[in-house]
Amino acid sequence: MKFRRRQQQEPVAPSPSPSPSSSVSLPVSPPRPGTYRTGEPIRDTKAPSGPVEDRWDTRRFQAKLVNPANKRKLTVIVVGTGLAGGSAAATLGELGYKVKSFCYQDSPRRAHSIAAQGGINAAKNYRGDGDSVYRLFYDTVKGGDFRARESNVYRLAQVSVNIIDQAVAQGVPFAREYGGLLDTRSFGGAQVSRTFYARGQTGQQLLLGAYQALERQIAAGTVEMHTRHEMLEIVVSGGRARGVVVRDMVTGEIETHLADAVVLATGGYGNVFFLSTNAKGCNTTAIWRAHKKGAYFGNPCFTQIHPTCIPVSGDYQSKLTLMSESLRNDGRVWVPLRKGDGRAPADIPEDERDYYLERIYPAFGNLVPRDIASRAAKNVCDEGRGVGPGGLGVYLDFADAIARLGRDAVEKKYGNLFEMYERITGENPYEVPMRIYPAVHYTMGGLWVDYDLQSTIPGLFVIGEANFSDHGANRLGASALMQGLADGYFVLPTTIGDYLAGAGAFGPVEEDDVAEARKAVQDRIDRLLSVNGTRTADSYHRELGRIMWDYCGMERTEESLRKALERIPELREEFWNNVKVPGDAEGLNQALERAGRVADFFELAELMCVDALHRTESCGGHFRAESQDADGEALRDDENFAYVAAWEWTPDGPVLHKEELDYEYVKMTQRSYK
Amino acid sequence: MNLTLKIWRQSGSSDKGRMVTYRVEDVSPDMSFLEMLDVLNERLILEGDDPVAFDHDCREGICGMCGMVINGVAHGEQRATTTCQLHMRHFEDGAVITIEPWRAAPFPVIKDLVVDRSSFDRIIQAGGFVSVPAGSAPDAHAVPVPKEDADAAFDAATCIGCGACVAACPNGSASLFTAAKITHLGLLPQGQPERDSRARAMVEQMDAEGFGGCTNTGECTAVCPKGIPFDTIARMNADYLRSASK
Repeated sequence: MKFRRRQQQEPVAPSPSPSPSSSVSLPVSPPRPGTYRTGEPIRDTKAPSGPVEDRWDTRRFQAKLVNPANKRKLTVIVVGTGLAGGSAAATLGELGYKVKSFCYQDSPRRAHSIAAQGGINAAKNYRGDGDSVYRLFYDTVKGGDFRARESNVYRLAQVSVNIIDQAVAQGVPFAREYGGLLDTRSFGGAQVSRTFYARGQTGQQLLLGAYQALERQIAAGTVEMHTRHEMLEIVVSGGRARGVVVRDMVTGEIETHLADAVVLATGGYGNVFFLSTNAKGCNTTAIWRAHKKGAYFGNPCFTQIHPTCIPVSGDYQSKLTLMSESLRNDGRVWVPLRKGDGRAPADIPEDERDYYLERIYPAFGNLVPRDIASRAAKNVCDEGRGVGPGGLGVYLDFADAIARLGRDAVEKKYGNLFEMYERITGENPYEVPMRIYPAVHYTMGGLWVDYDLQSTIPGLFVIGEANFSDHGANRLGASALMQGLADGYFVLPTTIGDYLAGAGAFGPVEEDDVAEARKAVQDRIDRLLSVNGTRTADSYHRELGRIMWDYCGMERTEESLRKALERIPELREEFWNNVKVPGDAEGLNQALERAGRVADFFELAELMCVDALHRTESCGGHFRAESQDADGEALRDDENFAYVAAWEWTPDGPVLHKEELDYEYVKMTQRSYK
Repeated sequence: MNLTLKIWRQSGSSDKGRMVTYRVEDVSPDMSFLEMLDVLNERLILEGDDPVAFDHDCREGICGMCGMVINGVAHGEQRATTTCQLHMRHFEDGAVITIEPWRAAPFPVIKDLVVDRSSFDRIIQAGGFVSVPAGSAPDAHAVPVPKEDADAAFDAATCIGCGACVAACPNGSASLFTAAKITHLGLLPQGQPERDSRARAMVEQMDAEGFGGCTNTGECTAVCPKGIPFDTIARMNADYLRSASK
């Protein structure tokens, strides 16, 4: 049976507002916090059947083609210009489509993919160390704790090799050996060396490659670029995604752009926690607006806490900075053996140190996957053995590496990271061990998409971190760059063609649908500006983030989640009645931009908690304290939870649609990195 | 720490603009410069004033979005540091700090400290790429690249496009930015087929945008947060001359 798509449109502003004079839709809580209804399961994800290694070939062959003359008549909107969006817009332009690209920054080159440090995985097996497409597939399914689709992950591993070829041809200056060939390194969750890198700036170099390809298409006239524009609503007409409503952040003008298909590549929603490694501007608005228009949200509670970030230093902290996980290749993680040991690290002798990752996980040692390393850090800090201010930190020590390789070699590999650390903390990591602590880094959840990367709104495609697809419950290091570029350069350009081949029958966009979307945007802006309360949007965001970190963070319990589900709606109501947004909607108003994003984070936060509460198992980055084994490791419940939770938005609360996951190739086992 | 800030305020492109003085108190030395401005802005909002507009995004020194002239120096006095990575521990208690936007005709002010740098994108559009459509690439190991070339290309490729070089240059030249890209691609075998046309088109676009010429003053490399080498400009000039003589 085919998955039934929504036939009727959701009304745009269906929920009652607390103030009768306002027509703005305000979110409505379900009757009891945490309740939801269960809807029809999702039975078909459009992945072809047959051997897993043939499925992508099959799909590519089956996909309908659009002839070159017709491509020129078809418009595709791509929102976001990171690795996924930038590469997709460039590639669609190369194919001959008319592309409109949007980003909120002043240039497409600034999207947050640029900050990825460590590297990009690819199953090239250039080292001859036993790597293969199948092994990358296997590692990714296992690393995702058996909550990702085999078909998607296999395709990702296949395409990974093409990405490296493409990037090298564009002039991406990857690290090389003296013989002129590409260098690789190993990364968490893998025992082969398959991570290609450009010093500690791999994301920057890959993004500039995509950006340059995009600028080339802009010059060629196939891509029309709109910088400093923020998407605030999606236009759905005749049951299809047909455009977006955006705000020109410089003039304040609300614009409508129509198209034959819309691609969201707007990244993750880690900033729901306020403090995260995301850029300050990263937000959920684009995908949340789409969710409220009918796109299901997949596994919203799957968030990744990165183990190696610089610890929080004070209340004013505006973001957290990641130290690449590649540092765990040579750095050794430890805490004092004794609780409350206040000595300087150099004064603590070897036998009074606990290299806890090497002790607990001898096979993988300091290279265990991120979720495991993060939780282990939390555990030793909870035991009172943490270091630094507030005891919220562990050491990452390079003394052994410097003794073994020499300071120069360490500097060559990690120089820029060490510099960054010193700049932020004022401490020299060549002499004093780094202090690190986990921080929110990546969201595996996102809009639900099928094998074609199409959401439950026909014509709305979602790529990169914005979708939920390939990482299951935990993403392996160096796999985000791989997925973003796989989606943008190779997968979407094929699958969207299949959809656009039927564009002749789409019909015109109804004016009412456009008017409705524009009105929703205008009403929200007017409402935010009219509250004129006594607290800033940022102060609400901080408080929301604190709730999420304490109750829906590294460890979740039924009790903590219920607390969050009580507190969030209260705080959200206060926000809508007491936020202070200065200025007006004309021209640049950064406070207004922030307030709109915080409003959407409030609603998303609640869905994340509902999802986390319903999933009573632990898996990957989602650790429910009630579900652990005797050693304190995450305990999955495959019998009851081997599914993707795809949430539908309704005015009466969320509806859960389950997509069962089958594992034909990788046997479901409890992960062990011991 | 208690500080006095003198900040450039300009409501829009048609406004003349002026310096306005603000006091900020209880600043922690561990704050970043932008966090200090956040604190000021939170206060301004609650007092009903217009907060200071400034560009920023990643706040880890790589996106290139932030940038202000601090005490007369682009990104402030700490070398090889973006504004977002500058921390208050480098300032004295009681200091007076002036904060201004990048000033160059091709970077018109949008509001306060926010400027329009789209001229940089247009320089890249002119030729800052290798023409290789997705899917057409040969195997990555088909062409070995000597390590020293790859490393030198990387050093030029780390440019974050912030525009500090332009703000610091007495001529308002974008030579360091343009040369960084010409050098990055010109050093790699993949960049050879378009090397001449790239240099010519990018330099011509730089001129068309109204950026000044290079007079080897070297202010650009002094403020560059990524330490783009000055000799990239010599390379750009050599490539440009070669292309012009063909």
